[in-house]
Amino acid sequence: MSILATVKDISCNTEAQLADMIRAGGPFVVTGGGTSRIGLAEGDRLLWTGAQFDYDPGALTLVVSAGMAVDAVSAQLAVEHQRLAFEPPDLAPLLERAGVRSMGGMVASNASGPRRVAVGACRDACLGVRFVNGRGEIVKNGGRVMKNVTGLDLVKLMAGSQGTLGILTEVSLKTQPIPETTATLIFEGQTEVEAVNTMSRALGTPFDITGAAHLRQGADGTPARTLLRLEGMESAVRYRVEALHQRLSDLGAADVEWDQAHNGEIWRAIRDVTRFVGVPGDVWRVSVTPSEAPGLVAALQPEDVIYDWGGGRLWLLTTAGTDVRAKMGKGHATLVRASDETKRTLGVFPPENRIVAQLSKGLRQKFDPEQKFNPGMMG
Amino acid sequence: MDMPTPNPDLLAQKPKLVARLRAVLPKDAVIDAPEEVRAYECDALTAYRCAPLVAVLPSTTEEVAAVLRICHEMGVPVVPRGSGTSLAGGALPTADCVILGVARLREVIEINTSDRYIRVQTGMTNLSVTAAVESDGFFYAPDPSSQLACAIAGNIAMNSGGAHCLKYGVTTNNLLGVTMVLADGEVVEIGGAHMDAGGLDLLGVICGSEGQLGIVTEATLRILPKPEGARPVLIGFDSNEVAGACVADIIKSGLIPVAIEFMDRPIIRATESFAGAGYPDCEALLIVEVEGSPQEIADQLARITTIARRHNPVEIRESQGPEESARIWLGRKSAFGAMGQMGDYICLDGTIPVGALPLVLKRIGELSEAAGHMVGNVFHAGDGNMHPLILFNANEPGQLESAEALGADILRLCVDVGGCLTGEHGVGVEKRDLMTHQFSPADLEAQMAVKDVFDPNWVLNPAKVFPLTVSAGRRGAQ
Repeated sequence: MSILATVKDISCNTEAQLADMIRAGGPFVVTGGGTSRIGLAEGDRLLWTGAQFDYDPGALTLVVSAGMAVDAVSAQLAVEHQRLAFEPPDLAPLLERAGVRSMGGMVASNASGPRRVAVGACRDACLGVRFVNGRGEIVKNGGRVMKNVTGLDLVKLMAGSQGTLGILTEVSLKTQPIPETTATLIFEGQTEVEAVNTMSRALGTPFDITGAAHLRQGADGTPARTLLRLEGMESAVRYRVEALHQRLSDLGAADVEWDQAHNGEIWRAIRDVTRFVGVPGDVWRVSVTPSEAPGLVAALQPEDVIYDWGGGRLWLLTTAGTDVRAKMGKGHATLVRASDETKRTLGVFPPENRIVAQLSKGLRQKFDPEQKFNPGMMG
Repeated sequence: MDMPTPNPDLLAQKPKLVARLRAVLPKDAVIDAPEEVRAYECDALTAYRCAPLVAVLPSTTEEVAAVLRICHEMGVPVVPRGSGTSLAGGALPTADCVILGVARLREVIEINTSDRYIRVQTGMTNLSVTAAVESDGFFYAPDPSSQLACAIAGNIAMNSGGAHCLKYGVTTNNLLGVTMVLADGEVVEIGGAHMDAGGLDLLGVICGSEGQLGIVTEATLRILPKPEGARPVLIGFDSNEVAGACVADIIKSGLIPVAIEFMDRPIIRATESFAGAGYPDCEALLIVEVEGSPQEIADQLARITTIARRHNPVEIRESQGPEESARIWLGRKSAFGAMGQMGDYICLDGTIPVGALPLVLKRIGELSEAAGHMVGNVFHAGDGNMHPLILFNANEPGQLESAEALGADILRLCVDVGGCLTGEHGVGVEKRDLMTHQFSPADLEAQMAVKDVFDPNWVLNPAKVFPLTVSAGRRGAQ
């Protein structure tokens, strides 16, 4: 079995048709655009081609078909100088996949990039969903408004459910204005312990750091770099760069990257884990508290590591077959890139404590009683 | 408003229940005398009252678990209670229930400023969480207006918001982990101090579940560095439409103010005679607050006033210092008190798409006139969260009912323009019977299925959120 092997493609353009297909068939692989699928499952692939697009820039809200491409939506937002705040990664190069990222896949995998440390994850920007569950029922939850506590919040539950509870047909999201200016403060040559300390200090200032990452020394000799991103009105960014620099003056000199295109490249590379593209080895995504991160890395001795979210998210490149979870305390690790065999042995998604596993299983049973969607993928 | 008929078998078992509770709790933590349980007969939705069978005040997660195990075994419904500030009747008891109050769970467990979190017992008040980290330069962002009194447990149960959530989000965006006791007394840890769930986002569905999935006894909360400063500008307009257009233009300009508050004429007049904040007598007022260094604040306010001037405001008053800021906020902050002095009121909190504001205000005006109840509107304009205040006289027969009917009409209107019944107060009993206007049977079934998983016997706050006719089969299973 290959990862998410598909038997045949079935195309649907109305929710009613999708519901009919689900009632009549299965199992299905729910993959969105298929660019960042990491779990194992097999079945028929349902393609959802709805084309809803309702964007209100004055309210910072967007209602869009789950089948729409993330890049196409982002281009539409850019016309109004807005964007998806959480910086959804494009993992297709890392995973050597072709295809187009879809909005539904983005939400179902809770895809969040470096700005997550400041503005929250994809799930925090999700305002509403429509989906078809495993019984073939069309369900909506949340809506298009920014504040909504009406009934149970299934929006968050669907975000990050990896297509195991239902097939998303429509998602509503909060958008964010694109700031005038971005600047990155760069410290070179810090150890990983120093880097996490630097990032924690920076994130504890009132200067609105929207990215805090650390990269090891590169194979080409580029020194280790600790990166702190600031965004906003140009006058504000100039002030905050200066003020932040002053607060961290005991750490020595720092460079400031002001070039907007270079800033884009730096953070896109962190977002998409570009450093590990084409480099052999398994790739793990780890969530820990920042202060525990350097210790975990020291214990694991990976081939390479990217510290993002101020050290709260680690991308680890390990020799094939390494079990990162064996050395972990609190937090969790997801096996993003590895052979099918390693994924089967170690499991892609982190193990859960007994009661959480029981509750999660119970929810899957309610939403998808016959296990039609990505069967067995998350447990 | 209907509540389920109390189960006579449970009422008859009160002595046995009290004895069992006394066996696992300190003596003063079990309240069963009729005159004492009356203290728990309502929350801030005071129009509805019902004394519970028993009230308990456990001090630890283990005690909460012990209480829930007993109630589970005896089939007694449990109504969780934070500080009792719910405006939606979330903590309204039934005569056959145990009220489980978290007021004695008040410890700070851990503060970690380098990883930016605090772990607390959930009986702590919202403001006391900020107080615990303030000296380190941090704060807890969600700021419901009851923050002096309301408990973190209630904030989590209702996914509370506040005036500053345009920038900082609501409770769900600031909650990292919980210790929760399930209906059968099992204790579960969900999330932690790290970010994001590895599996299904159970934390996301627990937050805002109105005490129906479990009782959260400990919480890990994200804390943020305090901003350098904040200052508001007051802008008056001749029409609600123009004020609404100005809000949209501010948002489209790329600025993210921390708050945009809106007041209509009835509120402006009421607060002027009550608090004398010196507001201009106009149709609509905006208070827009921005944060940052003095220079950043000045730059942002300059942009906002430039945008506002394009809409011909009747007045722009930019705060130059703390005293003036306090004066600008004075009227807004005393709006509820001002309306309270004019009579009894119902406070709604439906949310609408910001663009629908002029239409909705116009319709509310018409509905208000037809019903004969004055309605004042204050609301968080940046996120469309309205707060219509409907005046009535509780001593006059029929007034509460007609004010409630008007409220229901307004909430249906919010849903019809693409919004929702409640933005931050929760459904409770207050909006329970309107849920079918916003949700289809399949939508409600999906939500109730989640409760089935967490609380198969429907003992936790069973008569809330879902219309009684919709949940009847499940509650019957008790």
